[in-house]
Amino acid sequence: MSVGLEHYLVVGAVLFATGLYLTLAKRNFVGVLMGIELMFNAANLTFVSFSRFVESAAPLSGHVFVVFVITVAAAEAAIALALAVLVYRTHGTIDVDRINLLKW
Amino acid sequence: MDDAGAIAAFWILASLTVGSALMVVVVRNLIHAVVLLILSFLGVAGLYVTLSADFVAVAQVLIYAGAISVLILFAIMLTPQAGRDNAETLLRLPMLLLAVVVGFTIGLVSLETDWSIADRGGFEETASAIGEALLSKYVLPFEMASVLLLVSMIGAIVLVRSEGFSEEE
Repeated sequence: MSVGLEHYLVVGAVLFATGLYLTLAKRNFVGVLMGIELMFNAANLTFVSFSRFVESAAPLSGHVFVVFVITVAAAEAAIALALAVLVYRTHGTIDVDRINLLKW
Repeated sequence: MDDAGAIAAFWILASLTVGSALMVVVVRNLIHAVVLLILSFLGVAGLYVTLSADFVAVAQVLIYAGAISVLILFAIMLTPQAGRDNAETLLRLPMLLLAVVVGFTIGLVSLETDWSIADRGGFEETASAIGEALLSKYVLPFEMASVLLLVSMIGAIVLVRSEGFSEEE
């Protein structure tokens, strides 16, 4: 049995679901960020596997997309972690349940 | 992708990636969660290699397993009183249900759709073709990405700069 496109897509789906659960359910803000990074990884894996297997005029476009996604993910991680440190300084916690300044 | 080595490599890397991603959810210590996350990133890099995406695999190891995980570790170290536990909020069960439904739907769609599979083999080498594409067809997004990186770097520095820095001058 050879390994095809569907195998990689299912791995990507499981990774995405794991990241989604981490993002939505974790109490610590850093845990939420780890979930976001996992979802980026799932999307990148899907891009690369489509680029490898599916018929296309320019098959390497998927790789270029992944390079851009990695760039944006790095920028996002830097800003989000800076925000986490800032929230910790002003509130003394990064528990997303207890950051409720905007709540009535 | 027909010889036994490639098939074994896929299954080992896929189970490593998915297993350590699931362990990130289960494990209780946040530092251990980051270590498992690095393992998952490395597994994804290995999967890129099996997809003959050499440049993306190297970029994954450098940027995800290197830079981003170090950033996450720094964020944990800089928030010492925040607690090291990796607990869930009260919305745990509905969110678990939602994540399972979303993952199941994506998996089902990807299995049921009739993709137009191409017959070509893996790429020979991708770095030079990616570089040419970045500087010809995708030059505008490339420049925008560089501006974005600069903006986010300055923004992060401004955000976490300690208070009273300007008063000392």
